[in-house]
Amino acid sequence: MGGLVATVSLPDLATFLVAAVILVGGALGVVLGRNPVHAALSLVATLLAVAVLFVEENAQFLAAVQIIVYTGAIVVLFLFVIMLLGIDRRERALVDQFRGQRFVALGLGALVLAEVLLLGTGHWTTGAHATTGALNRPLSNVAQLGRAIFTTYLLPFEITSALLVVAVVAAVVLARRFDAPHDDERTLEGDPAGDAGDESEVAGR
Amino acid sequence: MTPFAALAPAGLAIPHIDYTALLPELILLGGVLVLIGVSAMTPRRLPTGVYATMTVAIAAAALVASLRLWRDVQNHGAFTTVAHSVDVDGFAVYFLVLVSCILIVAAIIGSGYLRREGIAGCEYYALALISGSGAMLMASANDLIFIFLALEVLSIPLYVMAGFDRRRPTSQEAAIKYFVLGAFSSAVFVYGIALVYGATGSTNLPEIGAFLAHNVITANGVLLAGIALLIVGFSFKVAAVPFHMWTPDVYQGAPTPVTGFMAALAKAGGFAAFLRVFVATFPTLRGDWQPVIWALAALTLVGGAIVALAQRDVKRMLAYSSINHAGFVLIGLQAVTTKGVAASAYYLFAYAFMVLGSFAVVGVVGAKGDRRHDLEAYRGLAARNPVLATVFSVLLLAQAGVPFTTGFFAKFYVIAASVGAHSYALAVVAMASAAIAVFFYLRVVLLMYSTQPADPGDEATTPGPAGGGVATLVRIPVGRLVVQPSIALGLAVSVGVTVVFGVWPQPLIDFTRAATFIFH
Repeated sequence: MGGLVATVSLPDLATFLVAAVILVGGALGVVLGRNPVHAALSLVATLLAVAVLFVEENAQFLAAVQIIVYTGAIVVLFLFVIMLLGIDRRERALVDQFRGQRFVALGLGALVLAEVLLLGTGHWTTGAHATTGALNRPLSNVAQLGRAIFTTYLLPFEITSALLVVAVVAAVVLARRFDAPHDDERTLEGDPAGDAGDESEVAGR
Repeated sequence: MTPFAALAPAGLAIPHIDYTALLPELILLGGVLVLIGVSAMTPRRLPTGVYATMTVAIAAAALVASLRLWRDVQNHGAFTTVAHSVDVDGFAVYFLVLVSCILIVAAIIGSGYLRREGIAGCEYYALALISGSGAMLMASANDLIFIFLALEVLSIPLYVMAGFDRRRPTSQEAAIKYFVLGAFSSAVFVYGIALVYGATGSTNLPEIGAFLAHNVITANGVLLAGIALLIVGFSFKVAAVPFHMWTPDVYQGAPTPVTGFMAALAKAGGFAAFLRVFVATFPTLRGDWQPVIWALAALTLVGGAIVALAQRDVKRMLAYSSINHAGFVLIGLQAVTTKGVAASAYYLFAYAFMVLGSFAVVGVVGAKGDRRHDLEAYRGLAARNPVLATVFSVLLLAQAGVPFTTGFFAKFYVIAASVGAHSYALAVVAMASAAIAVFFYLRVVLLMYSTQPADPGDEATTPGPAGGGVATLVRIPVGRLVVQPSIALGLAVSVGVTVVFGVWPQPLIDFTRAATFIFH
């Protein structure tokens, strides 16, 4: 452990420590905050701290995406939901909904931690053929990603636009309000299916 | 080095894009924008027939482009384009043609349904076209990430279409169920892609295949886990047992023409990518995954057929029958031979028309409100509408695999491919399941021709003055089933393809035989 710290420069270490404190503090705030809005804002702090750690690791693109997508879009969505559901409503968040939930969570968390530690010590996960590349040679990783998007993955990148069209059309379909119920709602409701006796229809509409 | 020099696109090789190779997909996606544009520009809501006509025209244009591409591929050989992310080979173009045909028939059938239910149409067709382009891209995708995106482009419109009749709670339930489980399976699929990428260092299918052909991976746990997750993801999409749980509920709840479209399109797109990824990319590991596919196929065949026996609801019955059909297509995959791939491709072609037609009939019998799907609704159908009963009988018998239909050749070729690959046990399982399946198909046929009335009181209903433009409540007698002209046309096409290529099979068989992979 001491050797590891020795290889890290002082500014890096300082940045890491500050970001780590914010990160853990934010995470605790999410779990322990009584007010849902405060919890969501703590989540913002956590995600921002993660972004800082990404920058420190020279993963600038990831950091930008982290802020834009998670901090920008997702937490704002959380806040919207909290506001829409009613901020005044006191959720009994500190009372277990399910019995023993807390202990299961602790156990699972410990399991994940053990797994991470196990994976961190060995290199037995894959066979040969390491797929990691230099992050910043010959280009910065942002430039490399840009190149990949406009060369190797050009078509997949373009096809995501079809998904956006789907999203728009789907939103229109699902959000449309129907004024009139089914014409035969009232006649067929509760009618045992297959009783071929009475079928009424409004004809001539 | 200044940051600007690093950012300059020196030596950046923008890949060559062969637009004619992408023309069918581009026509569909462009058509979607035209449809939406027209719908937004017109001040009043256009009748659904206008959109249906436009959709048919768009899909027909895609069909023409696909056939031109087919000719090019047959004359000048297969090729890849856009940085090897798209395959333009016989196999891909075969599915481009199939998807175009599915879109045409589905648009024709869908318009009748939408008019009857009084649902505004534009989005229905837009979603269908996007979904179709997704299926096309799945068939021609040569990259795992691309396959994933194409899968989403294929699936997400289908989730929405399943919930298109928002006034019916079962439709909404189907949409939610399909969406949640579909998203879950997509996540599994992506995880599989990540593991395969981690193990092989590429997402490009030929590169993965070449890597596996030239390297022995000593510890291949990650690769096998990735392949397993890919199998799970694909199996979910094509509804193979035990990943079929969503199928009956979604097939039952979705608007009936959507069910037919979904069954035809999702199976075609899903299996196209399934076949390409496994037969063309992972043939070197067949010893590892072939037994899994064997088990999946056997479970799917038997499970689908047996559970279908117990169904009282025709849509659920057809859902389980579609699971049974998926088992047959899996047999072709399990063979891991060119013959097997051709047999699976043929099966998907035959199945698409049978299932589109079958669900069109179910939609007609379901009547306004799309609710009457109990088996009893089919009792005496032959007396009420002999033509409709005949059509449904032909389609059901074709699904059962009766000679002189495409269904017979479909089953024959997959079983022949299975025997050719020495999977005799699986061939026996397949034939046994086909024998079981005959029972539930014939039960519906016999019910339709049964002369015993379900309820004698029905006959007393007097026919009212239908139509006339007056909004009066008219009691429609049981004797009348409205088959709209568009649905009749769609049924004529489905039955025509099923019977004509059943009697005169050579053209379709030749077409299928030429549908081969570029790298194989």
